[in-house]
Amino acid sequence: MTVAPKREDYDVVVIGAGPAGLAAAATSAEAGLSTLLLDENVGPGGQVFRAISSTPVTDRNQLGADYWVGADLVRSLRASSAEVIHRATVWSLDRNLDIAVSVGGASAFVKAKRMILATGALERPFPIPGWTLPGVMTAGAAQTMLKSSALVPDGRTVIAGQGPLLWLLAAQILRLGGRIDRILDTTERGNYFAALPHALAFVTSPYFAKGLSMMREVKAKVQVVSGITELSASGDGQLASVSYVAGGKRETIPADLLLLHQGVVPNVNLAMSAGIEHRWDDLQLCWSPVLDASGNSSVAGIAIAGDGAGIGGANAAVVRGRIAARAAVEALVPAAAAKLAPMATLRSELAKAERGRVFLDTLFRPSPQFRIPTGDTIVCRCEEVTAKDVLDSVAIGATGPNQLKAYRRTGMGPCQGRLCGLTVTELMAQARNKTPQEIGYYRLRAPVKPITLAELAAVPKSGADVKAVVRG
Amino acid sequence: MFKRSEQDKRPPVQIFVDGVAVAAREGDTVSAALLASSCDARRSTAVSGAPRLPYCMMGVCFDCLVTIDGVGNRQGCLVPVAEGMQVEIQKGKREIGR
Repeated sequence: MTVAPKREDYDVVVIGAGPAGLAAAATSAEAGLSTLLLDENVGPGGQVFRAISSTPVTDRNQLGADYWVGADLVRSLRASSAEVIHRATVWSLDRNLDIAVSVGGASAFVKAKRMILATGALERPFPIPGWTLPGVMTAGAAQTMLKSSALVPDGRTVIAGQGPLLWLLAAQILRLGGRIDRILDTTERGNYFAALPHALAFVTSPYFAKGLSMMREVKAKVQVVSGITELSASGDGQLASVSYVAGGKRETIPADLLLLHQGVVPNVNLAMSAGIEHRWDDLQLCWSPVLDASGNSSVAGIAIAGDGAGIGGANAAVVRGRIAARAAVEALVPAAAAKLAPMATLRSELAKAERGRVFLDTLFRPSPQFRIPTGDTIVCRCEEVTAKDVLDSVAIGATGPNQLKAYRRTGMGPCQGRLCGLTVTELMAQARNKTPQEIGYYRLRAPVKPITLAELAAVPKSGADVKAVVRG
Repeated sequence: MFKRSEQDKRPPVQIFVDGVAVAAREGDTVSAALLASSCDARRSTAVSGAPRLPYCMMGVCFDCLVTIDGVGNRQGCLVPVAEGMQVEIQKGKREIGR
């Protein structure tokens, strides 16, 4: 699986083998276009369908029917002519649709006529005091281990946060015999009223009944504390306790594992590094690419599908993948598009899949105190920069995230801002009394994932390339 | 912190963590194998030396960085285990030449 791409040019290159990427690559290949799917993980599935072809969890009910839908997507992909490479890290993409990808320690370069970015989502930073302690992880991390290695929490475990994934994870942990001592629900009480006008769309969506039954299943077995307004983790070199305030009352409980989750946000690094325009989404509180109805971005030839296009969930991601692929086929070989589902059908499927999303976004919009930290709480995990450090830098003239790099190196560590970018933007916006859109985001550049200098030095180069940099 | 479900029937794979044999399963990532084991897998950061364990397990946070078969700063959560693999827990800054 970890071999370099077979060709130098493809009609369509898809990045990411989650719901959107699987659907996009299969659709494009089905229409007869030469298609390459590059994915960083060991196998297909992305996060939602992680380890779909290899999970040791054999009891299908434990992961739930929504998970196994992924197996059909993988089957369609494998039946198609698409070339698929896993453990492939795309580290550069530019406006000419030139792609650099690292496979097995060596880089290859391919060119696409059309690109579909399906790089999905990552968990929103949850910067509370103590979130860097060993023993504090994301809920998604626990779910990854559960799906791919059938590992479940064993020690004293607290899950804190909000959103559908939190309840799904809790149900899965319990079904596999794992331990959860307490769930701390941080959903802001006022959000219930704000979400009410959107409730009708939600109760008539498939999420409603599933969500309710999952919450009932979990609440029957675990103590749930709602209305959490403060949260912190502490310990000496290892998580020892979790402290929280609910209804004005503080409580501290011993814990070995704290799983945090307050929703997911688009993974923008590759798209932004290609120069694709993004705008601040005031409801989802994140950067989303500016796209047309087919997912086409501001860079000609590059479309974005799935949660990277704005959070919509797995069902919407699959349809967005098919829409983007169909649009690519229409552009390259219009006659071949006749084989595919009509665009009108796909668009109505998308509307159905997105039903109820505004309700979820409004209900689970994270509270300011869990997004915008204060004092000694770490903002940038890589460079260990605190909220106070950021505010001090603003006080002496740092105007935005890119200036802050020069002051404090925020976003310049190996994660390249993935775990601090949103926090830095919102923190600086608040401190400078500006909107996040005005404050902006880190200017992201290739390589968007670290590669070794040796790998970079070994890439093929022409005489002119060498002459441009060698003296004499 | 984590235990293996009894339904997991994958074949065992032996890796070495700082020279000590650790039982993993085929298909585990290095980070999952470390978290499932009883060994102290905490790395310490290059900036302050603070202890860390993997945070995201999906290739985003880089808190899982380990030395694998002599190559430093690999993302343990993205690399599957292989028989006889040598894993070293990173303490502090990276050493020159590794």
